[in-house]
Amino acid sequence: MKLSQTETPPEDCCEDSNHRLHKYLRQETLPTTFCVGCGCGTVLGAFAQAVDELSLPPEEIVMVTGIGCSSWIPSPYFKADTLHTTHGRALAFATGVKVMLPRMKVIVIAGDGDIAGIGGNHLIHAARRNIDLTVFMVNNWNYGMTGGQMSPTTPQGALTTTSPYHNVEPPLKAAELVAAAGANYVSRWTTYHVFPLAEAMQYAISKKGFSFVEIIAQCPVSYGKMVNMRSGSDFLNLYRDTSIRIEQARELSEEELVDKIVVGKLVERDAEEYVTKLYQVNSEQSAHKE
Amino acid sequence: MAKLPGDPGKKLKAEDSQVIRIDEDYCKGCSICIDFCPLEVLSESDQINRKGYYVPKISREQRCIGCRFCELLCPEFAITIKNE
Repeated sequence: MKLSQTETPPEDCCEDSNHRLHKYLRQETLPTTFCVGCGCGTVLGAFAQAVDELSLPPEEIVMVTGIGCSSWIPSPYFKADTLHTTHGRALAFATGVKVMLPRMKVIVIAGDGDIAGIGGNHLIHAARRNIDLTVFMVNNWNYGMTGGQMSPTTPQGALTTTSPYHNVEPPLKAAELVAAAGANYVSRWTTYHVFPLAEAMQYAISKKGFSFVEIIAQCPVSYGKMVNMRSGSDFLNLYRDTSIRIEQARELSEEELVDKIVVGKLVERDAEEYVTKLYQVNSEQSAHKE
Repeated sequence: MAKLPGDPGKKLKAEDSQVIRIDEDYCKGCSICIDFCPLEVLSESDQINRKGYYVPKISREQRCIGCRFCELLCPEFAITIKNE
């Protein structure tokens, strides 16, 4: 769209706006459609804060999402190019985007059901390839959009719509899985730790290679109705009281960490990234043929 | 919630003055900002916005040190702190 001289340029349109992060959001979509007390809005705020701190122009970002409440964080609210894909396949689409547009920052924000559940295999292999993607997995411990069904990350013993007596399965530790699969940067934070979360997001965006941040976020409506935690503050209190820094957690046994949320940086490596290697092989081969 | 020691009207940091702005149309009344403000600057009110949610009230603005915890925690971008 071309703007005439008399019209205000887009950069200045939000000068009078009340919030300093509004310039990163599609303001016509606000207020968000998230439930009262939902953690997705906090994640959006932390992400906008991270982009603001990096002074990253939104034109250089491609957001890829799947299906679910958490996939609504970048689409429609964040003002950047967005690819809203099928359930569980956000990472597969993001891999394609990154290979064809290696200069763009490709950032995936999706939920635990989408990334670790239905798209679990894509997650393992994207981490194994160490492709230069940034993945923010919003873990609310259930499939919130469809009514609070049990997900692979639901804590053992929790009540959900599909485990009305209690959940007998142990949860999937997605961050540990990604660290073991070979990602360059893995950390875990909660929406209560919003300042370190924004810092970790900032670091993950700038880090080369596969970077993964698991964000424990509250779902006071779909998950909270079954466990009798009806407000966002109940969950934030839980995160504050049960979280433990990874430096302290390393000294504890596995039994002592059962009900704890381990937060902090799990792993950081400087392994070579996939797209660079792929382009290198391609240019070598085309030179060889000539 | 435990009461903080000292005079509620006392300012902890003198150099800046912060202005808290609450956008009532965006607020959904989740009360996270009230519960997690470290200095209990915000409190519950009887005021209802257009959508029928109870919006928070700024009761001790002088105490605000501008830590911006409410600003980032608010899921609806309804609260912001401006340094003046």
